[in-house]
Amino acid sequence: MAKRSAAQRLSRALLYAILACFAVLFLLPIYVMIVNSIKPLDEIRGGDLMGLPRVATLEPWAQAWSLAQIGVQATGLKPYFLNSFLIVVPAVVISVMIGALNGYVLTQFKVRGAGLIFAALLFSVFIPFQTVLIPMARTLGWLGLAGTVKGLILVHVVYGIGFTTLFFRNFYAAFPPELVRSARMDGAGFFRLFWRLMLPNSGPIIVVAVIWQFTNAWNDFLFGASFSDYSSFPLTVALNNLVNSSTGVKEYNVHFAGAFIAAIPTLVVYIVSGKYFVRGLMAGSVKG
Amino acid sequence: MKAPLVAKVALSPSVLLIGACVYGYIAFTFYLSFTGSTMMPVMSLTGTAAYSRLMSLGNWHLSVVNLGVFAALYMLGCAALGLFLAVLLDQRIRAESAFRSIYLYPMALSFIVTGTAWKWIMDPSIGLERSLRAIGWESFAFGWVKDSDLVIYCVVLAAVWQTSGFVMAIFLAGLRGVDNEVINAARLDGAKPWRIYQRVVFPQLGASLISAFVILAHMAIKSYDLVIALTGGGPGRASWLPSLFMYQYTFTRNEMAVGAASAMLMLAASAIVVIPYIRREMRQDRAHG
Repeated sequence: MAKRSAAQRLSRALLYAILACFAVLFLLPIYVMIVNSIKPLDEIRGGDLMGLPRVATLEPWAQAWSLAQIGVQATGLKPYFLNSFLIVVPAVVISVMIGALNGYVLTQFKVRGAGLIFAALLFSVFIPFQTVLIPMARTLGWLGLAGTVKGLILVHVVYGIGFTTLFFRNFYAAFPPELVRSARMDGAGFFRLFWRLMLPNSGPIIVVAVIWQFTNAWNDFLFGASFSDYSSFPLTVALNNLVNSSTGVKEYNVHFAGAFIAAIPTLVVYIVSGKYFVRGLMAGSVKG
Repeated sequence: MKAPLVAKVALSPSVLLIGACVYGYIAFTFYLSFTGSTMMPVMSLTGTAAYSRLMSLGNWHLSVVNLGVFAALYMLGCAALGLFLAVLLDQRIRAESAFRSIYLYPMALSFIVTGTAWKWIMDPSIGLERSLRAIGWESFAFGWVKDSDLVIYCVVLAAVWQTSGFVMAIFLAGLRGVDNEVINAARLDGAKPWRIYQRVVFPQLGASLISAFVILAHMAIKSYDLVIALTGGGPGRASWLPSLFMYQYTFTRNEMAVGAASAMLMLAASAIVVIPYIRREMRQDRAHG
């Protein structure tokens, strides 16, 4: 490469400076969350939100995790963290399985009305959920699932199928036809083909779909706020209650610790497998 | 291969579920919007009374105006910042993937989490205002979040922060897809880099721009969590959006028909944006498949 002129070097330096400034800006809220989650309350109230803690304490974490008053009892966020897992894990597993099966059927067989089904699925991921809240609340009531973890699992599965089917449909549409043909010649039936050929070769898209569903369901607030009660609140709803409870002093440090606790699972997933998260984002390209 | 019975059976639960819980429910909500439902659904039709009432409500008017302001600034902000960052990152940057990850991580977080952080950062009594005054900038004032006329801009700021990295990723993918030969030819002709972007690169980003537009518009219409966490709709009702209006009127104020009518108008707004996009996707799908 030719040696750069002074002007070019200056513009490169400027470029990096701008990028670094934006990086600081993007990291600011997470920095604020972390440093203030280990500060004593009087440091924050004394006007030092941006600085590092002078005295570090894990007390706010303990408060947020197991002591803060959220429901009727002072349980902290712990039971709601567990609720979120109990809701999200089955919802992810079921919706991804169904999506894989749907994608397989829609691409490997000639289904009448496949185009219409695809369009209906695609549109379903774009609807404002306000249009389904009232009848879904009624349905959960009839099924005896109102205010339960099971009810929320059902809701997340129903409104997750659209995404997962689209992921697998697009992936299987590009699946090598000669592999499918030769498996069929060997006499593989419907399920054998799916279990033995398609699924074992779907690693990346399974990861994409799992991460996408996990992030969406973990971060959901609207369904949780609409269909759960004190026994089944997901973490986002509990966190919002914690922050907005009007009684007593505002314990900012506890709020920040709680917010960070709620952020950890999806943040870990993002750090560990950001590549797949971005792929899901680009393929799904929708988020409520 | 023609679908055997088992394939149809495997697909049918999903078709039934989506048919019932998406399209059936929309039909039900649509029907309710023509009834006089209050706390519980009532099945007798009363014509367009709920829509007339909706249109006469100051709270609805406020919510729609807020959405207009929010959506316009949010989309513009994300598109501008997203494109800016994408162009910067497209300059053979060292540690490009680190920068990209930093700009994109907010998308992995819940709006309730980021809304909580922004709520206290923007709060004048402990946040940015207080901190900057403490280090000597006595005249600094940033109390928008407490001001009915300005609070919606706080929602815009937090939302742009959360999503612009995503828009950057869309544009960056678009930039990487631009035909290199044309760029090289322009460079050999002695065109300045900025001219090359203006004349050659940007015109080829049409598809990325359309995707970004559809995603941002649809996210703006659905926005709910962020407002709840950041302002709770306040001060008063100053930062209400149609999504908050729908929830309040349906579940708190027992005006279910009005809530249903507002949900249908939200659906109409997103359908206007999304349906042309889906038709285009379907056409391309058929062309490729």
